Amino acid sequence: MPIYFLKRVLYVIPIALAVSFFCFSLVHLSPGDPMDAVVSPDAPSEVVAMVQRAYGFDRPLPEQYGRWVLRAVQGDLGLSAANGRAVTAEVFSALKNTLLLAFAASLIGFTLGCVFGTLAGYFQGSLLDRLVTGIAVGGVSVPHYWLGMLLVIIFSVELNWLPSSGAGPGSSSDWNVEWAYLRHLILPAVTLSVIPMGVVTRTVRAMVADILAHEFVEALRAKGLAERQVFRHVVKNVAPTALAVMGLQLGYLLGGSILVETVFSWPGTGLLLNNAIFQRDLPILQGTILVLALFFVMLNLIVDLAQARLDPRIQRG
Amino acid sequence: MVYKKTAQTWHWAAPVAALSLGLAALASTTTVQAEQTLRIAMTASDIPLTTGQPDSGFEGYRFVGYTIYDALINWDMSSADEVSGLTPGLAESWEVDEDDQQVWHFHLREGVTFHDGSDWNADAAIWNLDKVYDEDSPQFDARQAGNVRGRIPSMDGYEKVDDYTISFTTSEPDAWFPYQLTFLLFSSPAQWEALDGDWDEFARQPSGTGPFKLTRLVPRERAVLEPFADYWDADRVPQVDRVELLPMPESSSRTSALLSDQVDWIESPAADAIARMESQGMTITSNPYPHTWPYQFSMLEGSPWRDINVRKAANLAVDREGLETLLGGLMVPAVGTVNPDHPWFGEPEFEISYDPDEARRLLAESGYGPDNPVEIKVLISTSGSGQMQPLAMNEYIQQTFSEVGIELEFEVMDWESLFPNWRRGADHETSLDAHATNITFGWLDPFAAFYRFMHSSMAPPNGFNWGYMDDPEYDRLLDEAKVTFDQEAQDALLAEFHARMVDDAAWLWVAHDVGPRAMNPRVQGFVQAQNWFQDLTPVYIEE
Repeated sequence: MPIYFLKRVLYVIPIALAVSFFCFSLVHLSPGDPMDAVVSPDAPSEVVAMVQRAYGFDRPLPEQYGRWVLRAVQGDLGLSAANGRAVTAEVFSALKNTLLLAFAASLIGFTLGCVFGTLAGYFQGSLLDRLVTGIAVGGVSVPHYWLGMLLVIIFSVELNWLPSSGAGPGSSSDWNVEWAYLRHLILPAVTLSVIPMGVVTRTVRAMVADILAHEFVEALRAKGLAERQVFRHVVKNVAPTALAVMGLQLGYLLGGSILVETVFSWPGTGLLLNNAIFQRDLPILQGTILVLALFFVMLNLIVDLAQARLDPRIQRG
Repeated sequence: MVYKKTAQTWHWAAPVAALSLGLAALASTTTVQAEQTLRIAMTASDIPLTTGQPDSGFEGYRFVGYTIYDALINWDMSSADEVSGLTPGLAESWEVDEDDQQVWHFHLREGVTFHDGSDWNADAAIWNLDKVYDEDSPQFDARQAGNVRGRIPSMDGYEKVDDYTISFTTSEPDAWFPYQLTFLLFSSPAQWEALDGDWDEFARQPSGTGPFKLTRLVPRERAVLEPFADYWDADRVPQVDRVELLPMPESSSRTSALLSDQVDWIESPAADAIARMESQGMTITSNPYPHTWPYQFSMLEGSPWRDINVRKAANLAVDREGLETLLGGLMVPAVGTVNPDHPWFGEPEFEISYDPDEARRLLAESGYGPDNPVEIKVLISTSGSGQMQPLAMNEYIQQTFSEVGIELEFEVMDWESLFPNWRRGADHETSLDAHATNITFGWLDPFAAFYRFMHSSMAPPNGFNWGYMDDPEYDRLLDEAKVTFDQEAQDALLAEFHARMVDDAAWLWVAHDVGPRAMNPRVQGFVQAQNWFQDLTPVYIEE
């Protein structure tokens, strides 16, 4: 067991290096000059050269990569080309906001998904089932940005109930569980929750319908169990699959959503990436992609280790 | 009080919030503003650099430049009726040396203090110049240097004369030097020292001499400005208690924020949302300002623009009034780089109007016709600072051009790719063999309006003469204007230059922007100057 864990942890090192190389290459292969983010086009060539030196953009790419990785290992992802601030602080500040949004969206999406899926599964073929299935398909199909703008028009512009942008009346660094801040979270969280809600609804519905068709359910009922007790058995059987799907969906949400965060000016990693793309801010792009990618690597590591813990057969394999 | 009541409501409703069913009952929050706060949604995606020399182009100067800081010479933004001129700022007066036209003397304003209470004087001025020009000085900041040095191309040297006098030396006699100094803003040396020489920390706690001081900075989210009680200019004391600057690059987000009362003022509202905003009682302000939306021609071998008939035909083929209708009236037709009522416009003989028959005749004279159209490729952007609505406008031009026999092909790129190409020139590989580029610009001063585009010495990589215009007469007039220190005589030379430019149909001139802004009707006192920059000090909120 310890050897498996050690091996699995050590695998992370080459994966992380490959991820860092991919991030660096991807960003540098894209068109655009990082100096465009730093100096105005009026700047004479000697000023451009001076700023290039200051930011290290005058070094050969392999050297830039080496320096970047060495600094990254120490937690320093460099300075933003667009604003000169530390990339590490920028990324983690944005990541905190994305996590908040992702967990809020998960709460809404998973709760509704489980409720809708269970209802549809129990009343398969009914009008309710068709309605819920329609909502689920709509949820999976509807474009995020369109729904976001629609909700803004209805709830912000027309009804003036909820704010359309930002993380709160102060800023995201002041965020706390108060209505003044929570109301800023509702529209982006609802928008982001629609896809996981649809996916979870469909999964749970299919699983509930499948479990209900099993003979053991009939046997439980024949033994005289109350419907509530039968329901508990159904839930227990549905739970592993539903949890796996929810885990995957949570992973997607944690990656941030460029479109939703941009529509709502939510200061997360999606908005950070969007702005960095338009500003040609290569250090921010590299840093954000690296942190998000490593986040997934670590998430996968945790899942693998947890699975191995639960199912010893995996270690032998 | 209202806020507290709402919070209690939330506690009651929390258990069911996940289902989002109680929204209607919960959402009746009304924000009570005990103080006058002006909330502005900018188009920038971040708070511009607050250390002194802002980034984010002219929007940076507009909101965190001329609010927190002063230049030696400021822009006079008090009038909406004429193009803004210069006015004394941290210098009370200035003059060119009687014996040497490359030397300027500036007499600094006395009794001015920075926000931290330290004094403004010649030492502070020299310290700031070292900040951007002396790479060996401890306060040198590459970032600020990169933002400003290109805007002051004539600077060659500077020195302290006495406690309230400094001198500048220019690389050549340059009558336009005072305009360039409007971009050099002055930060407090004492504050920088107090913050252990850390410019990042200074960005959070800046200290200038401007009418506002920055009291809070949340990167990417918000900057808060409050009035500086000891500001030296009693006529420009801020009327509001706070200004909140919010970066909001998406125009739809800005529109929604205004309509849902999250902000009071938005920059550059989308043209298609203006009718909607007006119908909801919002105020739309606009005023022409020194901005031009042109096609800058390539004069390289093989370019169709080398033929003056083609250039004139193009200028006669654009239905500018139709375009104005397309933009909901938010433009002024351009018949030159500057407006006809500007002192630099001159008296050109070629009258630019919509005359497709004359355009067809001119093209026929050069051998073009329905079977042999002029084929032209133009670099355009999908969006960008000052670009107005580039796709719709270019498609409109494409349509009107086709009616006279000019076939337009576009190379569409994002703004961040098109803009740097400007200085690389028509023969650069990134120009993709295009015959024109569509980049808008500001013409606040003669260098920005003409010299950098039209003087042969400004060919890439020295300047923005993208199309390699090389005309000795243009060079002569510009060289002469540059060393003419008498304003009237200088204006006359520039008018002669501009008239010649129009007679040559040197560019295709299409539109001048009018800088639309949308505001809640509570916002009062705003005077929209004919300038890229605006004064926030007279603005107040009507309760």
